[in-house]
Order: sequence, then structure tokens, then C-alpha cells
Amino acid sequence: MVSAPAGPIPSSSLPLQIEALVKGFGQVTAVDGITLELRSGECLGLLGPNGAGKSTLIRSIVGRVIPDAGQVVVFGSPANSAAARAALGWVPQELALYPRLTAKENLESFGRYHGLAGTGLQQAVAWCLDWSSLQDRARELAKNLSGGMRRRLNMAAGIIHRPKLVLMDEPTVGVDPQSRNRIFEMIEKLHGEGAAIIYTTHYMEEAERLCDRIAIVDHGRIIALGTNEELVRNAFASRSQVLARFAGPADGVAAWVGRRGGRLVESTAQFAVEHPTEIAGLLDDASLAGLEVVDVSLRRPNLESVFLHLTGRELRD
Amino acid sequence: MILPIIRTAMVSLRRDRAALALSFILPIIFFSIFAVIFGGRHYTVPKITVIVVDEDQSRASQKLVNGLEREGSLVIRTRPESSDKDKDVQPPEYTAVTAEAAVKAGNVPVALIVPHGFGENPVSFGGKQDRPTIQLLNDSSDMVAWQMVAGLLQKVAMTSMPDVMAEQGSKYADQFVGGFTPEQRKRMDAGLAQLRQHENAATGSGDDTTRNGASGGGIIAVQTRAVVGENKKNPMVSFYAAAIGVMFLLFTASGAAGALLDEAESGTLERVLSSRVTMTTLLAGKLAFNTLLAFSQLVLMFIWAWVVFKLDFLDHIPGFVVMGVCTAFAVAAFGMLLASICRTRAQLGALSTLVILIMSSVGGSMFPRFLMPEAMQKAGLLTINAWAIDGFTKVFWRDEPVSHLWPQVSVLLAIGVVLFAIARRIARRWEYA
Repeated sequence: MVSAPAGPIPSSSLPLQIEALVKGFGQVTAVDGITLELRSGECLGLLGPNGAGKSTLIRSIVGRVIPDAGQVVVFGSPANSAAARAALGWVPQELALYPRLTAKENLESFGRYHGLAGTGLQQAVAWCLDWSSLQDRARELAKNLSGGMRRRLNMAAGIIHRPKLVLMDEPTVGVDPQSRNRIFEMIEKLHGEGAAIIYTTHYMEEAERLCDRIAIVDHGRIIALGTNEELVRNAFASRSQVLARFAGPADGVAAWVGRRGGRLVESTAQFAVEHPTEIAGLLDDASLAGLEVVDVSLRRPNLESVFLHLTGRELRD
Repeated sequence: MILPIIRTAMVSLRRDRAALALSFILPIIFFSIFAVIFGGRHYTVPKITVIVVDEDQSRASQKLVNGLEREGSLVIRTRPESSDKDKDVQPPEYTAVTAEAAVKAGNVPVALIVPHGFGENPVSFGGKQDRPTIQLLNDSSDMVAWQMVAGLLQKVAMTSMPDVMAEQGSKYADQFVGGFTPEQRKRMDAGLAQLRQHENAATGSGDDTTRNGASGGGIIAVQTRAVVGENKKNPMVSFYAAAIGVMFLLFTASGAAGALLDEAESGTLERVLSSRVTMTTLLAGKLAFNTLLAFSQLVLMFIWAWVVFKLDFLDHIPGFVVMGVCTAFAVAAFGMLLASICRTRAQLGALSTLVILIMSSVGGSMFPRFLMPEAMQKAGLLTINAWAIDGFTKVFWRDEPVSHLWPQVSVLLAIGVVLFAIARRIARRWEYA
């Protein structure tokens, strides 16, 4: 039993309900009062930098972490209950495989651990090999597979029992762009078949492509939650971003950017403008302040901009 | 450029506590163990326990027994020790039959039976004669004890029975030379009286073990008989098959249990625990596998000993299976405990080397425990090695039935259960964060 005793368990059959979850490790609060719901068939992205608390949140859902407060409910059952375990599939960030077993043997082992046997097991293994495009490498030892193949096998091992809720913890870490695309296709297929998915990443593009809704996580808290468009609209309304770099003393640039209501991030000044025509006024003012413009660009805000806007830090800090 | 390399290596070594322990502590521990066993610390030299059955109860036989009792390197038993419950009730003295049974059971390595009629003709200066001979019953697995007792027996005959010997000598003079004159006879009797007086005085003063009389060979007729192992084709093979087998079993078991650490490190353990598998199930599964692995090793070792070294394997299969399974279980649990204590493979390697080599040396895997000082023999009982070797010795050496293995079986199973329970408790650290 992993959930802290924080009142009666909700009786709804939502794939996942998290209520005021808190988990600390020593002086560090990894998860700081997160409340979250996952809808049926939804793919929810947890977007945040390394150390934001995403993995701790995932491991709390799996039941591998005992929360200090709050509760986690999976399809109406507390986390780490037999029912929750059966309904959950977990793809950990690490390549949690048996290196000296073949791809097929790995899948068979994890299938048996989830209670599969006989024809059911063989069908599940065949489905997973097909899903991960590893049929022709089924008899290859896991340690001899390429990095991308091992990632795919790692994912397949997590869903061998065809769970209704899948937790994916940064499944594309360390893979090349081609393998990443293959992984995206796998996730989209799974999503298309109706599985509810929680997908953690610190890559904005992944969240934008795969997720129905995105929760931006920082310092153990969800600081924004919504669809991609909602997040951008809430942060920037209809405004666009102007990015400009200037030559000259850094102190002078910073002072001027501050006076103009902008933000200086890694020597790039960022401003939000309602209309592109406002750029001319900005540049004139910079010139009057004695700053020489090196380059300037206009861009539509994205999740990266939202994160920066909300935290003052780059997503990949 | 050599200095920076030395410096880097030193810093690395200093931070690797396991390697440091292996480099410095292990040699010191081993040196100490060997020094205690073979280093001539006389006050800890093992004493040989000998059962003496005096069927004769003559003056000569009693003197002989008293002389043996005064030997510092022997512990003479004429009756079994009283049980703890009935300390006041003295058990009956050993007989020839019970003494032989005690040697067969491995309770003592040597028994001496002084037969009826020994006192009438105790010593012999001539060739083979028709007279009662002392029976020396021995367990030939202990190659040292019986030879030492045989030598001491002759020495004691010389030093403890001078009057008897002189008397016997005069008898021989009477028989073969034609007798003494009355004057010679008178002097002889006076001399004998003096000898007795001197001997009584020596006994009374407690002067016992330090007399180093020349031990003449064959003064007392002794017939040596191995009551255990007399028909064995290759006496020490079964001992070493068990002794070396158990030591390597321990290494294999700790290595195999180390898979747990690999799985913890790779994240596989967490993934497994997120399925239907609980920590108890997982550890039990690994314990069962490691037990099977260890048992298979033992099977291979003993079959090799049978094929190559003529060990009588086929006649002892039930006993082997019982001892093999119990030993494998205890050893597997030991490996699980070590793996659960350690954080990394490197720690496990160092700790297992340290603990297993110490256990193996004290527990009799490197040299027989009967060579060790008594205290160390007792310390050996804290090891899996000692109990396993004792059990296999019972099976292959003493040909004892399976039912006689209950002490070894009980202890090994208890060790296995306790170690596994502790390992399970410690493994909680992997269960949840």
C-alpha cells in the first residue's frame, strides 16, 4: 500500500487521479503538492527540465515511491494494489532489460512476471515484437541490439501485458532522430488503440507532437496545464516574441532590456509584442540608448517560450 | 610522468575501500589464522582425545592408563561425558564395543583396548610371543592422531612402568639365562623396591608430562586397526571433494546472488517489482535458483571424484542428496545475504572474498579441523563449511545412515532460513523509496 491515508479513494474509473501528492528526499521536495487527472484515452505530457520531479511523480504512480502525503488512484484502485499493477504499464527511463536474454526471451520473462502464460503470452510477445518492429531481431541478445532497438524493446517490455494506462519516462533519451521517429510512431499507435498515456520529456517538440494535454512541471509543481494552444494563449495571448542581440556592454544592455519590459536570457533580449510593427520602435529606442543591434527575429511563442515565460529559465537548464 | 600516475592510482585506491580491505586486512587475517594453527603456540596445540578401556584392571594396566593420563597432549576418557541434564549421574565405562562405536561415530579418533591378561606379560623384549596385545582402534581420516598415540604408548610404557619392566626383565633372565644367584636376586628385589618408591614419589609430586623418556619401539605389543575407512580406496578424496566443493560453492553463490545488484543498478529490479512479482517472491525465486546451481556444482564435483579418484559415490547417493541439498540451500542463502548487504558488485566481490576465505580456513575447507587448536575447532562450528564437511564425512567416510545426519541437516537448514530472513529484511531498501 503506497498511498498515504488521505481520505476515501474516489470511485470514478478515470485512468489516473492524483490528489495533493507530496514526496521529499531529505531536504529536497521532489513532488510538492501535485494534483492531476488523466482522462480515458488521453496522452498527457509532463514537460519539465531535469530534476523537476517528473520521474518521482511517475514512480509514485507505479508504487515504487511512498508519498509523504496525498494519494494516487489508478482506475479506482490505490497505487501498488494488485489491480493498479495489472492496469499499469511502466517504461522506465533506464534500459531495464536482461542483457544476456534475447529480445523475445526478455518479453517472455516480463510477460510471465505480469501473469501471462501459454498462448496468451506468445500472442502478446508476437504483438510486442511487431509493435516495436523487432521481429527480425527477436533472437538477438538484448546487449547486442543497437541503442534505438534497446529503447524499443524497453518500451515493449513495459506494455507486454497490454495495460490500459502506460507511463513512459523519457523513452527517447539518447536515441538518434530516426529511432526517435520510430518511437513516436509506436506511441501514436498505442494511443490510437485507446491506451491512456503519461509521457514525461524535456523535449518540447515531443510534447507538442504526441500529447493531448501538457503539464509543465518545475520544482515539483505543475505550473501550467492545458493543450499546447491553451498554454501558449494563456501565457502570451495573441502576442509574438521578438528576439534581439546587441553589441555593447552587458550591463547597459540588461538595463535597457529591463526598462523596456523585456527579459535577457543568455545575452538574447526577449520581448512580447502585439504587432510586428512594434519592432521598429524597439530598435529605434535601442539606438537612442547607444546599443548596436547584431540581429533581430520575430517568432510565434511555443512551449519553450511558455516555460521561459513562467519560470525565467530555459527548459533544458 | 610516473609520479602523476602513482598519485592517481593512490587516490583511486584510497577511495576504493573494498580494494583497500582486500589489500591490507585480508593478508593480516590470513596470516593470523595460519600462525595460530601452525605457529607453535603450544598452549593452544590440539589435544588428542583417546578412549581407554582397561579390561585387565591389573597393576600394570592401571599404571599404563595413569601414565597416559599424565601425558599433556592426550585427553583420556574411560567413560562418556555426562549429559547436561544428568550431571550427577555417571555414565557406565566404555567397553571394547562402545569404544569402537565411538570411533566409528567420529567422537574420538583413537581408542585403546587393554585386554584381559595384559598385566601378566605386559612388555616384551623378544620377538613375537603369544601374549595379549593392546588394540589401537583408529579413524584413518585422522592420519596424525593414531600414530602419535602409538608412539606415546611406547613412551609411557618406558616411563610409567619401570618396575614392571624390570620385573619382566628378571623373568626373562630366569627363563633364558638360567636364573639369578640368591645374592643377585636380593639385589634385584632391592632395586625394584627403589624403582617403585621413586615412581610413587614422582606420581605424588605431579611430575607428569615433561619427562622425555626414549620411546622404545615395540616394548608393548600393539595391534592397530582402522575401524573407519579401512576399506576406502582413496581415503581423503571425499573430505576434499566436500571441503573444496563448499568453498567454491560459497564463491559461486555470492556471485550468482550478485545478479540482484546488477538488476538493481540497471533498473530491472524496479521494473520486476512493478509487476505482480513481490520482493519475497523474487528473492525466493533467486534462492531456489542459486540452491539448484550450488547443488549441480556439488553433483559435478562428486561425480568427478567418483570417475577420476574412485570415490564410492553410487553407494552413498541418498546421503549425498540430503547433504547436498542442505548445503546448497545454506550456501545460497549466504550468497543472498551478502548481496543484500552490499551496494555494488565491487563491494560484494571484496566482502565475499574476505568472509569466504576466513570461513573456509576456520571451517576446515583448507585443512582438516582436527589439526586446529580446540578454540578454533569450536569457532569452525560457526561456519557453513564445518557442518557441511562433517555431514559429507559422515556419509562418505563413516558410512552412516541418512538418519544420523540430522544435526548437520538441522543446522544447515536453520542457517539457510535465518540468513534468508535477514537478507529479506535488508532487501526492503530496494522495495520502496
